[in-house]
Amino acid sequence: MTAEPPIVVVGAGPAGVSAARTLVDAGHRPILVDEGMFPGGQVFRRPPSPLQQSDKKLYGFDARRARRLHDNFSALLPSIIYHAETMVWAVEPGLLHLARGDKAICQPWKRLILATGAMDRIVPTKGWTAPGVVTLGAAQIALKAQASIIGKSVIFLGSGPLLYLVAYQYARAGARVVAVLEAGRPFRRFSDLPAIASGGATFAGGVFYIAWLKAHGVPIKTGIEPLEILHGSDGRTSGLRYRRKGQGRETILSCDALAIGYGLKSETQLADLLGVDFHFDPQQRQWLPTTDLDGRSCVDGVYLAGDGVSVRGNQIAAIAGELAALALLSDMDGSEAPQAGALRREIRRARRFRKALDSVFAFPTDQLKTLPDEALICRCEGLTAGAVRQVVELSGESDINRVKAFSRLGMGRCQGRVCGPAAAELIAAAASTDILHVGRLRGQAPLKPIALATLAGGRDDGI
Amino acid sequence: MTVFDLAIIGGGLAGCSTALHARKKGASVILLERGRCGGQASGVNYGGVRQQGRHPAELPLATRSRGIWGRLHALVGCDCEFVATGHLKLARNDRDMVDLVAHQAVAADHGIAIELLDGADLRRRFPYIGDRFYGASLCADDGQANPRLAAPAFARAARQLGADVREECPVERAVPSPLGFEIYVTGQDTPIRAHRLVNTAGAWGANVARWFGDSVHEDVMAPNMCVTEPIAPLIGPNLGICGGGIYIRQASGHGSVIFGSGVGIADRDALRARPLAAVTMDAAKAAIDMVPALANVLVVRSWTGIEGRMPDNLPVVGPSPTIANLYHAFGFSGHGFQLGPAVGAVLAELAIDGRSPTCLAGLSMTRFAGVPDPVATTLPPANCSQHKEEGE
Ligand SMILES: Cc1cc2nc3c(=O)[nH]c(=O)nc-3n(C[C@H](O)[C@H](O)[C@H](O)COP(=O)(O)OP(=O)(O)OC[C@H]3O[C@@H](n4cnc5c(N)ncnc54)[C@H](O)[C@@H]3O)c2cc1C
Repeated sequence: MTAEPPIVVVGAGPAGVSAARTLVDAGHRPILVDEGMFPGGQVFRRPPSPLQQSDKKLYGFDARRARRLHDNFSALLPSIIYHAETMVWAVEPGLLHLARGDKAICQPWKRLILATGAMDRIVPTKGWTAPGVVTLGAAQIALKAQASIIGKSVIFLGSGPLLYLVAYQYARAGARVVAVLEAGRPFRRFSDLPAIASGGATFAGGVFYIAWLKAHGVPIKTGIEPLEILHGSDGRTSGLRYRRKGQGRETILSCDALAIGYGLKSETQLADLLGVDFHFDPQQRQWLPTTDLDGRSCVDGVYLAGDGVSVRGNQIAAIAGELAALALLSDMDGSEAPQAGALRREIRRARRFRKALDSVFAFPTDQLKTLPDEALICRCEGLTAGAVRQVVELSGESDINRVKAFSRLGMGRCQGRVCGPAAAELIAAAASTDILHVGRLRGQAPLKPIALATLAGGRDDGI
Repeated sequence: MTVFDLAIIGGGLAGCSTALHARKKGASVILLERGRCGGQASGVNYGGVRQQGRHPAELPLATRSRGIWGRLHALVGCDCEFVATGHLKLARNDRDMVDLVAHQAVAADHGIAIELLDGADLRRRFPYIGDRFYGASLCADDGQANPRLAAPAFARAARQLGADVREECPVERAVPSPLGFEIYVTGQDTPIRAHRLVNTAGAWGANVARWFGDSVHEDVMAPNMCVTEPIAPLIGPNLGICGGGIYIRQASGHGSVIFGSGVGIADRDALRARPLAAVTMDAAKAAIDMVPALANVLVVRSWTGIEGRMPDNLPVVGPSPTIANLYHAFGFSGHGFQLGPAVGAVLAELAIDGRSPTCLAGLSMTRFAGVPDPVATTLPPANCSQHKEEGE
């Protein structure tokens, strides 16, 4: 441990790595903690060396940025204290609680940059827990980290740019992409186009993936409403029943795997445990930690960057990481970095693009209103949509934490990280109330399940 | 002008049960709860329903409460997942065993059957218990319940019988008046009027008592709790240990294992409490020590709640020493969940009938005023090793 008060960065994705680099440039030696085996975060995930593939193959358009991140990281490594495969399971004022292997570690902190990223957002469909259904993120992990695919003929279902990217990656990897089924209706409104075009490279990437898929005969259908994920007698996924929104005719497509994702959900539990203020973002339809443009939170010494504060993609995450680190440095010594202004402009520009994306790929709240009663909503607790609706009706409660107390919603292994956003929409619809009144599930330690033995195991003081 | 027969401040289990029982007696009842019924200690506790190991002053209430726990379905329309799994108290050494033997005799006086187990019995009947324990005592009649359901179920039942249960209604102050009491709710100009007043304000009970000049010191405590993923049935009875420390139960039906030990941090004014990681780590260690098979089970959540604690770890239950028709029941010091149903029954009797068949000796507020409480002085001090349990 250094003698100076420790600065800890949580998350080694684009935001965290860029924050760490900025701190190193200013002469600090930050501690970087990440759950993954390798740096890169979700987007630039790397396979273990026996499965190594070319960056171009792994990351497509983002290959250059991926390589840059990995190269940057290698250069950075001697100047930071890096801890891979280390999970933060709790945080308290001045103290981070880590777990690595079967060991618990207490890491003091003075200043903290949270770059915890995002995870897939799920909208349950009847039958979504059948084997063979995975999230888009998991489908990507299979590809990038395990050099395998989730099935031979795959349907991509959900909403958002990631849908096309992963479908493209799967097609390139040799899977048969049965169809890309988009719940939203992107590019229907011309008024969205200028804002979307402001996305620059991201936009160009998206257009390319769609064009490529179309050119290779992959059907892309928009405005669809999934009705049921079908399964064979062995219980495994065998297909999807769906219809065009507002139309009666149903279609059945066969597949042996299905990747689902409706955009991303920020990972915010650490901010929550630290007492950072939250606000509801109507565009992203989720509760997000509140920060200033630079990533400063209301809690002294706590900064946020990247998708963990607002889902804006990897390029903006890197910029936000740098800005958050600059904010931290400026709060330490009153300095104002010359590049901060330009970075802030980038973030503002990204907001416009993001807004357009969110309106184009809006969260399909209607789908939750009409979710059949027998569909599972909270898979950890085996809770159906009907059961949740019944609790709402019988108790007259619409506060998600009250509904949780009465129904066990979100009390299982995922602690509501998976079911939370969809459940909130379901409750709001069932109670005929605004989603704002439903509130948000409170974060509680441990952030992710942790074995008693690990908690009981060695207790190192700091790294 | 409406004047209620009875007003209740605080919708925890004690208050909600009071409302139900008073309503059953035909009294007109209003209950005022700052947040939601059961939103504080009563809804977030460990869910232990035990008579074993209690201080003798609590035993009359505890046995009466046990009776009500067994009849919950008839009373409130749901059993609140109460199951008489038994409560097994483990002895670490022969001294603990002596305590258990002594307690067996005291409990027997109250009609509670407790069975003593030596080391061999313990290992034969409860093979999953760690092997360092010396013996145990089992109260088969004790058990566990789901705290999230209990107070709301009482509130619902009271409401159905016509009680006026008002949530999101913080009481700012109350004053005696010629008719009884005037109670002021934040944001409302006209006071609520009632002939009698019950203070079941939990960790805020002493605060309410102070409005009437009843001054006692009530501390705050936050028992540190954890719950695991569900596992196959493993642990039968609710487990405790002599002298306090770790307590463990497996939720019957669901399969998750709930354990607690030590305390987190509570801020009573901010209505905030949080568990402490270091305490959670110690608890995990102690839990593995008690049930080694838990080592590889995953903890999914930790939490705590805000509980009032009296200097002698016994609650205040009984009439105000200074104001007529005012009754207090607060400061349950980590064991008011089991007591809650009976506390309500007794408060309703005191307030409506003027007396209760249940003995409250030793629980009166006067014990802190230097006023000799005739029975309390003959009872053992509450902080001896037997009664130190932090929240079970
Ligand atoms: C984590 C934990 C574990 C525990 N484990 C057990 C156990 O296993 N077994 C057991 O028997 N006991 C246990 N206990 C203790 C038990 O939960 C409490 O003793 C019991 O619930 C107290 O009930 P109550 O109704 O007095 O208080 P509470 O449930 O706290 O209710 C008091 C209510 O009063 C309201 N209030 C306060 N002031 C005002 C005001 N001015 N206006 C309006 N409303 C007001 C509050 O909002 C609150 O809802 C535990 C406690 C905790 C915190």
